[in-house]
Amino acid sequence: MTDVATADTGRGIAPHRIGAMILRYWYLLISSWPRLLELVYWPALQIVTWGFLQTYIAENAGFFARAGGTFIGAIILWDILFRGQLGFSISFLEEMWARNLGNLMMSPLKPIEFLISLMIMSLIRLAIGIVPMTLLAIFFFHFNFYSLGLPLIAFFCNLIFTSWSLGIFVSGLVLRNGLGAESIVWTLMFGILPLACVYYPVSVLPHWLQIVAWILPPTYVFEGMRALLIDHVFRADLMVDALLINAALFVVSFAIFMALLNSARRAGSLLGGGE
Amino acid sequence: MTFEQPATAHLPASAPGPAIDVAHLVKLYKTTRAVDDVSFTIARGSITGLLGGNGAGKTTTIAMIMGLVLPTSGRVQVLGRAMPAQSAEVLGRMNFESPYVDMPMRLTVRQNLTVFGKLYAVPHLRDRIDALAADLDLKEFLDRPSGKLSSGQKTRVALAKALINQPELLLLDEPTASLDPDTADWIRQHIDAYRRTNNATILLASHNMLEVERLCDRVIIMKRGRIEDDDSPSNIMLRYNRATLEEVFLDVARGRAQEPVS
Repeated sequence: MTDVATADTGRGIAPHRIGAMILRYWYLLISSWPRLLELVYWPALQIVTWGFLQTYIAENAGFFARAGGTFIGAIILWDILFRGQLGFSISFLEEMWARNLGNLMMSPLKPIEFLISLMIMSLIRLAIGIVPMTLLAIFFFHFNFYSLGLPLIAFFCNLIFTSWSLGIFVSGLVLRNGLGAESIVWTLMFGILPLACVYYPVSVLPHWLQIVAWILPPTYVFEGMRALLIDHVFRADLMVDALLINAALFVVSFAIFMALLNSARRAGSLLGGGE
Repeated sequence: MTFEQPATAHLPASAPGPAIDVAHLVKLYKTTRAVDDVSFTIARGSITGLLGGNGAGKTTTIAMIMGLVLPTSGRVQVLGRAMPAQSAEVLGRMNFESPYVDMPMRLTVRQNLTVFGKLYAVPHLRDRIDALAADLDLKEFLDRPSGKLSSGQKTRVALAKALINQPELLLLDEPTASLDPDTADWIRQHIDAYRRTNNATILLASHNMLEVERLCDRVIIMKRGRIEDDDSPSNIMLRYNRATLEEVFLDVARGRAQEPVS
C-alpha cells in the first residue's frame, strides 16, 4: 500500500517493541523530578534510620558487635526485593492510570514483550534507588555492600527473580480487577517480610512456620547473607535451592498472568481500565 | 526463542477477501447479551458506519474485532486472519482510536508518537511524525505534554497515533465525540482524505448521523446487540421513507420502524 506501513510477522520476540516500551517509561521518569527524587528518597531514609539503630545496638550488645553489617545488609537486600517488585508494578500501574492499556493491547506488542520491558524498568528504577543507598551505607556506617563480592550476584539474582514473579502476579490481578486491586501492589510484599526472615534467622520461627518460610526464595537469601557475614561461609546450596524455587514461581506467575489476561478479555475490562 | 526484525512488506490493499469478516458473533456479559448473533463483512477500501444508541453493542463489536474482548461464540477474521488467535500477524497493519483509551498524559505529543511509531516499527519515524504533524496541524504543540491539550487537540493527536503506521484497516469509535462542529468537520475531512489516498478500510462507530451520512458508503444499524439494518445511507433513507439518517435512527430506536417501506 505505502512505504510507511509495516507488518510485523508476529513470530518471536521483537527487541524494537521492548525498546519502545522502555523508552516510554524513560520519558515518563525524566518528565518529573519528584518521581526521580522519590526513587532515591525512601531507600536513603531506610538505610540512615535503621543503620543508626544497628550502630546503637552494636555498641551495646556483644552479638551485634560480632555480626557487624547483618542488619544493614538485610535492609539493602530487602529493599532490592521490595523496590524490584514495586518498580515492576508501578510501571504497569502507569498504564492503568493513563488508560493506555487498550492502546498497547491493540498494538503489535505481545504480553511477553510487555513483561520483559517491565522487568528491565524495574532494574533501572532499582539502580536509581539502591546505588545511593549503598553509598550512604559506606559513608555513614563503613559497610561496603559491594565487598560481599560474587555471593552478592547470587543474592541479587534470586531476589530480583522473586520480585519479578510477584510483580507479574500482582499486575495480573490489577489487569483483571482494575485499579480497585491497586492496594495489593503496595502491600503484598509486607506479607512476606516476617516469613522471609529478613532480620532474624529461620530458627526463631515456630516449627510449622519454618516450613512455610522455606517455601519462599528470599528466606534462602537472607539465611545465606547471615552465613556469609557471621560465619564467613558462602552457602551455594541455599542459592541453588532458591533458584529452583524461583524458576517454578516465575513459571506459575506467568501462567496466572496469562490466565488473568484472558479472563480480562472475556470480561471486557481491557478498554478503560479504571476501577 | 526467535527474534523478529521489523519488516516493511505486507499484503497489498487489493488482497483477496474482505477486510473484516464477522460470523454469528455473540458476547454475553453474565446474563446480558451485549452482542447477539451479529454477522457482516466489510469490503477492502470501504468506509462503513456502525450506528446505534448507547448499549447497542457497537463498542463491544469493535473491541471483539480488535481482539480486546473475547467473543462468547462466533468468528472474527481481520485481513484474512482469525482474531484473536492470529492477531499478532495483523495488528501491525491496523490501528484504532477510541474515547475509552487515552495517550499517556505526561509524555509530549512527539514522545507519544515516537513510542507508538517504534511499537509499530514505522520506518523513517521522524519524517512520518513531521508529516502527520503537518497534516493534522499538530506542529505548534508537538513538544507539549499530551495532558495539557484541549479535547480537540487530543482528538487530533489520537488520530495521529491511529495513523502512525498508515494502517490498512482503521477502527474508529466515536472519533468526533465531544468536539465542536468545526473541529469535528475537520477530523471527518481528514478521515475521508486518508481513506481515499491510501485505499484504506475504515469501520466507524458513531452516534453522529450527519457524520455517518457524509462519510460512509454503508451503514450497519445496531439495536440491543443485533443488526437492525445494513445498506447504503441513501437506500436506508429511501426504504424508511425518511430524509435523514437521524430520522431513521429515531424510528429504529423508538421502535417505530418495524416494517420499513419496501
